[in-house]
Order: sequence, then structure tokens, then C-alpha cells
Amino acid sequence: MSAIVDSHGHAHDHGHGHDHHDHHGGYGGIMRWVTTTNHKDIGTMYLWFAGLMFFIGGMMAIVIRLELFQPGLQFVNPDFYNQLVTSHGLIMIFGAIMPAFVGFANWQIPMMIGAPDMAFARLNNWSFWLLPFAATLLVMAYFMPGGAPGTGWTLYSPLTVQQGIGMDFTIFAVHILGMSSILGSINIITTILNMRAPGMTMMRLPLFVWTWLITAYLLVAAMPVLAGAVTMTLTDRHFGTTFFNAAGGGDPVLYQHIFWFFGHPEVYIIALPAFGVVSQVIPAFSRKPLFGYASMVYATSAIAILSFIVWAHHMYTVGMPVTGQLFFMYATTLIAVPTGVKVFNWVATMWKGSLSFETPMLFALGFLFLFTLGGFTGLVLSLVPIDIQLHDTYYVVAHFHYVMVAGAMFSAFAGIYFWLPKWTGKMYNETLGQWHFWLTLIFFNMIFFVQHFLGMAGMPRRIPDYPLMFQTWNEVSSLGAFGFALAQLIFLYNLFTTLKSGQPALQKQWEGADSIDWTHLPTPAPYHTFETPPVLK
Amino acid sequence: MKGSKLLGALGGLAAAAASSSAHALAWYFQSPGSQLARDIDHLHQYVMWLIIVIFVGVFGFMFYACFAHRKSKGHAAEQFHENTAVEILWTVIPAIILVIIAWPVTKVVIAQKDTSSPDLTIKVTGYQWKWGYDYVRGEGEGISFVSMLATPREQIEGRQPKGENYLLEVDNELVVPIGKKIRVITTAADVIHSWWVPAFGAKQDAIPGFLRDLWFKPEVLGTFRSQCVELCGKEHGFMPIVVRVVSQEDYAKWVAQQQQQTAAQADDPNKKWEPKDLIARGEKVYGTICVACHQAQGQGTPAMKAPALAGDKFVTGPKNGPIDTVLNGRPGTAMQAFGKQLSDTEIAAVLTYVRNSWGNKAPEVQPAEVQARHKQ
Repeated sequence: MSAIVDSHGHAHDHGHGHDHHDHHGGYGGIMRWVTTTNHKDIGTMYLWFAGLMFFIGGMMAIVIRLELFQPGLQFVNPDFYNQLVTSHGLIMIFGAIMPAFVGFANWQIPMMIGAPDMAFARLNNWSFWLLPFAATLLVMAYFMPGGAPGTGWTLYSPLTVQQGIGMDFTIFAVHILGMSSILGSINIITTILNMRAPGMTMMRLPLFVWTWLITAYLLVAAMPVLAGAVTMTLTDRHFGTTFFNAAGGGDPVLYQHIFWFFGHPEVYIIALPAFGVVSQVIPAFSRKPLFGYASMVYATSAIAILSFIVWAHHMYTVGMPVTGQLFFMYATTLIAVPTGVKVFNWVATMWKGSLSFETPMLFALGFLFLFTLGGFTGLVLSLVPIDIQLHDTYYVVAHFHYVMVAGAMFSAFAGIYFWLPKWTGKMYNETLGQWHFWLTLIFFNMIFFVQHFLGMAGMPRRIPDYPLMFQTWNEVSSLGAFGFALAQLIFLYNLFTTLKSGQPALQKQWEGADSIDWTHLPTPAPYHTFETPPVLK
Repeated sequence: MKGSKLLGALGGLAAAAASSSAHALAWYFQSPGSQLARDIDHLHQYVMWLIIVIFVGVFGFMFYACFAHRKSKGHAAEQFHENTAVEILWTVIPAIILVIIAWPVTKVVIAQKDTSSPDLTIKVTGYQWKWGYDYVRGEGEGISFVSMLATPREQIEGRQPKGENYLLEVDNELVVPIGKKIRVITTAADVIHSWWVPAFGAKQDAIPGFLRDLWFKPEVLGTFRSQCVELCGKEHGFMPIVVRVVSQEDYAKWVAQQQQQTAAQADDPNKKWEPKDLIARGEKVYGTICVACHQAQGQGTPAMKAPALAGDKFVTGPKNGPIDTVLNGRPGTAMQAFGKQLSDTEIAAVLTYVRNSWGNKAPEVQPAEVQARHKQ
């Protein structure tokens, strides 16, 4: 099986601008990372960047939970609180979750389809190196007069018009992030469509590759819409336009329509690669092929298409005509069908398998269980009358953290534990991994499950202080947050000790893993892989 | 919702044991005060039961597999990976369940949107950070007031013990009669706010420059409390909504009393005031209206584009500049056109206060001077 491994010395002349002469490109030290065009280096940088942003966004969440531990104002003023809420959202979505999955895509897609690298290797470098500039702008906003925007990550107009210059920094950061995403997506689409090894037909692609292909199309379609929305905000702020100002014939609600036309596909931009990772992990630890591969592909596509016609379910309370509300409600509930298919397929994959529960599997099962819970609260919220009651309360906060944290983040951890041995050639400490999982699971629910109660009882989101009847659940939630943060230190420790002194990993570390990165490549995966396409039956 | 009540009660017991809070645990919808809220509650219970059944079913399979089909028990993996009949079934059945859910929900949506033939129409205006209420049609027509947080700053900053209705108390409550269909028209003066009374299942964004509406028909006497639910800037967490539902007789009395008060309170703009009286009156106005942005010592809030008033040349300069600013506001900032909210006397008083505080020194502003600019 492992006969076809990469070999550096072979002379071949495929014309995709790829360095052959040197193991690590032309430079050493920091310049290696600045100039690299290697998909593995770039994937690594994406992942470290995501980790750093996860830490920064997490610290913001801790300050938020600290303030909410008790009623009254203790640590931050309301203005700064709003800034934290805004930055936490933007940094976690655009800085942590999305780059983490692009990191996985960079590492895994070429190795999974039998390609030597990404299609546009130099563009790949630029896609990554845009990110630190965007992140710097986001953080610099705090040091501007007036501070960072305090509008929430949704940047609703006309509140955006009242903000200081930090708002403009954020707008430009969003522009750059969007550019990075679009370039990365073009690269991913081209790679998957053009660089598959002979015999790797579309319907043999690992599901992770499929979900990323669909995600990349979503990104290309949705990110320009966001760029348009924030650009209109920019010109409303500075150049006298009135897109979102009724006094000049505009409409503040127009902003929300444009934003959520981006925003809802964005939810699936985050969720689909997470589905992809889980679809690799569950079969591997069930030692059984993925159930319903074709229906998984169709369901993913159906979710992607539906995601463009449901945006106004974020806006039931802006006052739509009854037909509008009914249309968006019916369309939204429809998403439950393909999502249900996916959940059933995962469970059927496990059914009558030969299951074992290493850390990646635990995180994948945690994902399956909690993401489904988030899906159910999504169904509750899709129903107009119930949403009218719950909109803009902590119920919504709980719902989307079940989707974003228990969904995307659990899946990202599953992916890291699953692929780390292949990437580094070193095995993490399984005991610490299991501790990390169980503590993360418990504390996650401690933070967010009780927030359903807060929302139903009537606590609005984005408030720095609250009435006394909400005190108990906020205390529970805050204690959960502190525990959650500490649990992540276990992960950091495990990660660093693995990198420094982990036990050597096997070529096929996981018995049930069957994609060609496991079957056709040595461990650790060499710097250049598949310079000669692998031979697939 | 019996299932989630049980779940909540269990969690609640554990948490209550650990908590010092004496407050009852709030973890489910407030008890409904209208048919609409009751319908929403029933729909929620109905959907939650369906969800619990599906959840237990699906994860019953998962946990059974985790238990019975594990490698450590020597279970060998089978290799099946598709079954068309099963796959069609689990696509079609959820679709049917959705239709079953959609039917009763649609009926409530249609009822919720029907704001026709109200008994009483009230316009609600969101301001940063207070609510304006205008009774525009029906009994009480013409009554108009502003409703602001009544919780003292000392409680918020922890210098006083917090009262029972901390953050949920206002100076002027919205008063409505029981059993009448009340239509609320929402709008806003600056940014988007959202008006919500959970007990009536009534929530509607208040959008600057646009009118939206909702309705409710209160069935229970009492006071119902809530808060603004759309992030509207710095004091978003501090603009509560309080609705008092009274009997028809009490409502009639309240209306009469309001109308008398309005007549009595009207200041004569032609009265000439002593500067010290203006300053005393102005300090109160400043303390309720201006302090949120311009701060107690007049130092302003740069984040809000609210300039410092202490030592500001414009403030202490010719009177017409500051008068016009307060009357007409500054577009694009939280500085509103207060000419619509405050009387000329109040504006004169607050300007005199600002022009003579924190080291500022300037001649007083008389109500007549404000009135003169107001008419232009």
C-alpha cells in the first residue's frame, strides 16, 4: 500500500510553479514562513493563527463572563462591554473558526486527492498573509479614540454611524478577511477540480474534500455580499450616502437583508467543513465505511443551496409581511431534512461497526450529540411565533454557541487529534486528550445549556448587567466559562509536549482510516508529497 | 413543557444549592398574560415534545451502538454502507413531521400579524436610552410621556443594595386597560431598538424612519416588565419596558389624572426665571437625560462622539448655538432633537446649568429665548 510515496529526486516537469530543489524552499528561519508556497507550511500557519485568535477571543469571553458573574457593573463599563461582545464574535468567526478549517483544507486536500500541492501555491501564501494584517486592524481599533465598534458582530446600521474611527478599522479588516477567503476558495475549488490523481473520481473524494468544495463555492458567493454591506456602511459614515438612513430615502433594514444574505451561508461555511471532518473521523473509529456517501454529498449540496433562501429568519422581528414570514419559516424548516439525513447517516455508520473511543472519536461524538441539540433549538427558533418570543435573548446565544462551539470547535479538535500524528509523526498523550474532551464537554454545557433558561425567562443578549432573577444561571454559566478556559490549557500542554517529545506515530495510526493520506503516505507526511500521482485502483 | 421543566428543575436544584441568590429561579417563559403568549407557550411545548421523542430515538441508537458495537467487546464491523429504502424513509418522514409542525404554527403567525381594528393605539418611540409613549387613538388620546430607568446609579455600581425590580423599574409606566386590543406602533429616533413584553408574546423592532406595528390583548391585571432587546449603544441594558394593566375604571381615572397633570405642569414660557432656579431645575434634567453621554462632570464620552461640555467654548459662547443644538440635535450622533421631548423651560434650565457648571461661566438662558428659536 505504501509503495507510492513521495520521492524528491525524481525529475518531472509539471508546470505548477513548485519548488523542487530544496526541502524547505529557498530560505531558512522566519523567511521560510514568509515566503513559503508549501501547502503544509501554509496549513500550519493557518492553524497557529487560528489558535492565537481562539486565545484572544477566548480572553474576551472570559472578561464578558466575569462582568456577568454578578448583577451590577464591576469590571468594565457598558461601552467597553459592547466592544468586547463585538470583537469576540468577529475574532472567533473570522479569526479562529474559518482559518482553522482553511488550515485543515490546506494540509489535507492535496494529500487526500493525490495532488502535489495547491493549484496556486503563491496565491496560497498571500491568502494566509492577509490575515495577520486584518487581525491587527481588528485589535488596533481598541486603541483608537472611541475604541472598537460596540455594535455587535452583525454591525447593524445606523448604530455603526455613531461609532468612532475604530469602526473604519473594522470595516477594512472585514474587507481584507473577505479577500483572503475568496482567494483561498478559488484555490481550493481549482485544486479539487483539476488536481485529483488519476482514478480519484469526484464520487471517490473523501467527504472532507467534498464539504470543502461546496464551502468554497459558498465563500465565493457570500463574501462579496458582506464586503458590499460594510462598504455601504463606510460611505454612509463618511461620504454622505444614505443607503441605510431613512432621512435620505434609505432603509436601516436593507443593511440587515444584505448582511444576512451573507450571514446565513456563513453559518454553513463554518458548519460544512466541520461535517467533513466528522465524516472522516466517525468511519475511521467505527472501522466501517461511511454510510450513505452519495446521500451525504447530496445533503451537503442541498444545505448549501437552501442556505441562500433563508436569511430573513434572522429578522422575524423587523416587521415583515405575513407571507414573507411564512416563506422564510417554511424554507428554514426544510433545512432540517438534509441535516437530519446527515445525522442519521453518521449514526448508521456507527451501527454494527467496531467502535473505539480515542480522543478524535470522542470529540466527533460530542459534536454529533451537541450539534444536533443546536439543530433542534434552531428548529424551535425557525418557527416565527416562538422566535418572536426568543429573538435577541440568551436562547439565541445558547443556540449558536451549540452550533459554533460544540459544532465547529469540537469538530476542529477532532480534526487536530485525528491528523496531528500524520502531520508531525508524533502521537499525543491519549489520557490528556480524554481529560481535555470530558472537561470541555462538561464545562461547555455548564456555560451554554443554562443560557437556554435565561433566554426563555427573558434575558436579552448583549447586556452588561441584568435583573436579579437571572443571577443564578449567570453564575453557573460564568463558572463554566472559567472551567472551560482552564480545560483548554490541558490541550495546549498536550500539544506542546507532543511536538517536543511525542512518541513516534504509525503510518496508519488509526486502524480504520482509509483515505490515501493514511494508506499511501509515510508518517510524518514528507514536505513534498505526491510529486508523482499515486496509482489508485 | 413538562419534560424541560423536569430537566430544568433538576439542574436548578443543583445550582440553587450552590448559589447564594435568594431569588426564585427563572428558567421558563414568564406566565402568559395574553392569548398570544399562551399560544406561543403551547406551540413551544408541542415542538419540544416532538424534539424529545426524535432526540431519544436517534441517540438511543447512537448510545446503543456505543455500548454494544464496541471493539473492546470484540464486535466485528459489518461493511454495509447504503440502503436505499431506509435512506428514502428518513428523508420523507422528517419532511412529514415538518408539515405537521407547520400547520398550527402558521395559524398563530397569521393571528400575530393581524393588527386590525384595535381599541387603543399607542405609538412607541425608541430613544437612546428611553422609551417615548404617545397615545394616538382611543381612550386617553393625546397622553404623551417619556419612560426611563428609575433604578439609581448607586445600585448599578454596587454602592447601594439592589432593589427587587433592579433594572426593571421606570419613572413612568405604560398603562393599558385589561381586555382591550392594543395596537402598538413602533419607531425610533436614532438607532434600532426593540420593544418587548414577554408576557404578551409581543416583540417588534423600533426602526428609525419607519413605522411597524404589533398588537396584544392583556388578560391579567398587574405589572409586566421587560427590557430593550436590540443592541442600541452604551446604555442598551438600561432602558426597561414596564406595562401596567389596570381595570377599565382605573384606566379611566388614570387618563383623567394624566390630562389634568399635563395641563398643570405646562410651564409658562414667558415667565422670567432666576438663574439659581434655572440651575437647580437644569441639574435634574441633566441628571436624567444628558448624563449618560456627557457624564457627571461634563467630561463627555469620546466613543459616543459626545464632546466634553466643561470648558467648551461653544457651550459658553453665544446662546443661539447651544439652543439650536439641543432643539434640533446633531445628526449621526446620539444627540437627539430634544425640542420634541423637553419643554422650552426645561431646555433653558439645562442650558443654564451646563453653562454654569464645572468651571463654566456664562449668562443664563431664559425660556422665552428658547421659544424664540423653537418657532423658527
